[in-house]
Amino acid sequence: MAGLVTTFGSGAMTNSIRDISDAACILAIGTNTTEAHPVIALEMKKAVGKGAKLIVANTREIDLVKDATIWLRHRPGTDVALLMGMARVIMDEGLADTDFIEERCENFDEFKKSLKAFDLATVERITGVPAKKITEAAFIYATNSPAAIFYAMGITQHTHGTDNVIATANLAMLTGNMGKPAAGVNPLRGQNNVQGACDLGALPNVYPGYQSVADDAIRDKFERAWDATLSNKPGLTVTEMFDGAYNGSIKAMYIMGENPPLSEPDANHAIEALKKLDFLVVQDIFMSETAELADVVLPAASFAERDGTFTNTERRVQRVRKALEPVGDSRPDWLITCQIAQKMGIKGFDFDSPSEIMEEIASLTPAYGGITYERLEEGGLQWPCPTTDHPGTPILHVGIFSRGKGHFVPLEYKPSAELPDKEYPLLLTTGRNLFHWHSGTMTRRVSGLNNLLGEAWVDISPSDAEKLGIAHGDRVKITSRRGSVTARANVTEVSDKGVVYMNMHFAESAANVLTNPALDPVAKIPEFKVSAVKIAKA
Amino acid sequence: MGEITLTIDGQEIEVDTGVTVLGAAQQAGIYIPTLCYHPDLTPYGACRLCLVEIENMRGLPASCATPATNGMVVRTKTPQLQEFRRGVLELMLSEHPHPCLTCWRRERCGPFDICLRSVDITQRCVTCPKNGTCELQEVVDYIGIENVELPSTLRGLPIDRENPFFERDYNLCILCGRCVRVCQEVRGVGAIAFTSRGSETLPGTAFGHALRDSDCRYCGACVDVCPTGALIERRRKYEGLPDTRVTTTCPYCGVGCQLELELKDGHIMEVLPLRDNDVNHGQACVKGRFGITEVVHHPDRLTTPLIKKNGKFEGATWDEALELIASKLSGFKKNEVVVISSAKCTNEDNYVVQKFTRTGFGHNNVDHCARL
Repeated sequence: MAGLVTTFGSGAMTNSIRDISDAACILAIGTNTTEAHPVIALEMKKAVGKGAKLIVANTREIDLVKDATIWLRHRPGTDVALLMGMARVIMDEGLADTDFIEERCENFDEFKKSLKAFDLATVERITGVPAKKITEAAFIYATNSPAAIFYAMGITQHTHGTDNVIATANLAMLTGNMGKPAAGVNPLRGQNNVQGACDLGALPNVYPGYQSVADDAIRDKFERAWDATLSNKPGLTVTEMFDGAYNGSIKAMYIMGENPPLSEPDANHAIEALKKLDFLVVQDIFMSETAELADVVLPAASFAERDGTFTNTERRVQRVRKALEPVGDSRPDWLITCQIAQKMGIKGFDFDSPSEIMEEIASLTPAYGGITYERLEEGGLQWPCPTTDHPGTPILHVGIFSRGKGHFVPLEYKPSAELPDKEYPLLLTTGRNLFHWHSGTMTRRVSGLNNLLGEAWVDISPSDAEKLGIAHGDRVKITSRRGSVTARANVTEVSDKGVVYMNMHFAESAANVLTNPALDPVAKIPEFKVSAVKIAKA
Repeated sequence: MGEITLTIDGQEIEVDTGVTVLGAAQQAGIYIPTLCYHPDLTPYGACRLCLVEIENMRGLPASCATPATNGMVVRTKTPQLQEFRRGVLELMLSEHPHPCLTCWRRERCGPFDICLRSVDITQRCVTCPKNGTCELQEVVDYIGIENVELPSTLRGLPIDRENPFFERDYNLCILCGRCVRVCQEVRGVGAIAFTSRGSETLPGTAFGHALRDSDCRYCGACVDVCPTGALIERRRKYEGLPDTRVTTTCPYCGVGCQLELELKDGHIMEVLPLRDNDVNHGQACVKGRFGITEVVHHPDRLTTPLIKKNGKFEGATWDEALELIASKLSGFKKNEVVVISSAKCTNEDNYVVQKFTRTGFGHNNVDHCARL
């Protein structure tokens, strides 16, 4: 997200789901869309059916490859090289949209200089993709307009994730694919309300609406509205919080609806950190792995038992409606937090309903300024929606970028933090499966879904399997520098030679026991997508 | 898009070019019976029920596959058409259980009533999960069939229950092809197709393999478009009609599909993807379609606050739990307390939690797992 803020001024999907099918070219990189965002994959397939070209860049032979015009099988962690290589071809062949660059962008010359390092021979060596294919993909992307880029965690969960994102943004600006229908740069958000949680300021550096905590005028506005003294110092990220808990500087934690032992990198470290806390409160709908470690567990109402809103990946604020009474003595999360605050004597938490909270949100968050529950009855609204007569914004950066000029950023290729070596010869990458979701607290409880996929598998290429004497279905032990787990081997051509793959959903074979907690320096996202492992028969 | 004017049953109608005769009639509120037609699928013209008479056009064209043109004069319910439709429908019913469909007492019967005509329990409408929402019933009622003269050839097939979510009872299939087409056209999967020929024709997987050995992704789109009881979600099979419906947003991935929860007696009966919106256009995935009810009604749901005493959780009242949390959290130095919010919770939950952290503790140590 930080990458798009730097280049465009706003870190969200630039276009809408409904215009995906009008694209003339789609570049899907670092997204296994049919598994993780199946309904968006339908729109991509619709576009292909209407004649769009589809470029899939993925180390794995994912389902989308079947519909692809061209498939670039680059090594995990080499996205910057691949995208810069394509940019270089577009420049050299005179396919860049020079009018767009001149009129709407800045810092282009610096960017152009940084392209020098990405001649096709170098790019081929780094990525493993033949130069001819890179050229072909660059031609397809640059000559079929409008062209839309889609990416997900495969781009962001790297130590150079911000660079990866910037590389996609550079490519879109270079070809003038911004601020028009069916184009743009479109990050697909993993969880139902990641967009909303970010929008509403559940981040250590910004208030709701991405208003910086370090900005005095903004702090002043919130101090007056909330009648409180606020800090101008950005706070700790989740990963830093766990480090703090581990080394004793953090003593108490209040966790609402998250399950960090499965979602944090280096899961063993996260569990140790939670155990060291003096006081842990967990609020959830199930007794999760995190809740087991808590001092107090609070029962939350499920999404079907309360009112509220979620903001989806295309910035659309949509209603969640109460269909049932909360089970047992459970309560909606907002109410629980308000009641804790009131017990502590903190002012400003006497909300009666979520719609009243939305009124306060609208009054302090410019992008949500025109959003009311009354309007949402007519259907979702895409932010920015600053006033009550504003129709919402399906496409960002039309005519002008949020930050004014689109900012080209020069890039260099940086290898991943941990690469395979003699001791740990295989590269592990992680992802999601259609039948389960995130840490599995919900989907692992659905018998039908468990029936279809009930245990963790590790995908391994036939040649690696043969070398290791592993047969399809064998139980194998996967070990990294941080720990080891067991899973069943799925010997498949989907996995490239030297690369193995696991899903993140299974507590008993938690892939994140293995993954590397090395962070992207800007976005503080851990490198889930590349770590070194070894595999042996269990 | 230009406008064109045509006349249907004496009514003048203006529509955009490209609209079919059926579409024009629907816009004007004129009912034409259909079974293979579905608004999300390309016209198929297989069921022959939507046939109409059009002046200066030969034969009886299928209105679902005929584009409306300027000056067209269309008739939708002449005696000739109704007679033709009755014949087509009779053919269809000769392979579908129909004693109840042609019985004038159908709507008066309950599932436990004794049938005076001794209709087999497997052939009754009242025991069919689709009773009351069946499109075949609707069409029979419109055309009016009192008797099926043709010999009845029931298929006598076993019900296919091998997948965990829905049942396939091809004794009720009328070969409209919607399931086959939605899987191919909308989902781009093509896990099923028509198999065999002639009177043996049925939708199925390649070589009759189980769905789990096909490309099926269990999205449920086939179940949603089936006009009869042939495809039905197992969990709602004996539930009847819902009491109410509530529109909400799917709690799984970031696409934000709009879903309709069908409710009965305080529980979720079925979850259906909503058609009329800009996000999912009537589609969902296996998690949203089949993976919600069991989570919401799971026996493991936490129902009361729990406080750990001597390493074991004990039930507590809300007052006890809130009191304990408030006094404990107040006892630490402010910068020793951190808060983790959630990308699974609502906007309002997130707003309240960050406000709580910032105003209550005077720092910004609040984050969530967006990056993970």
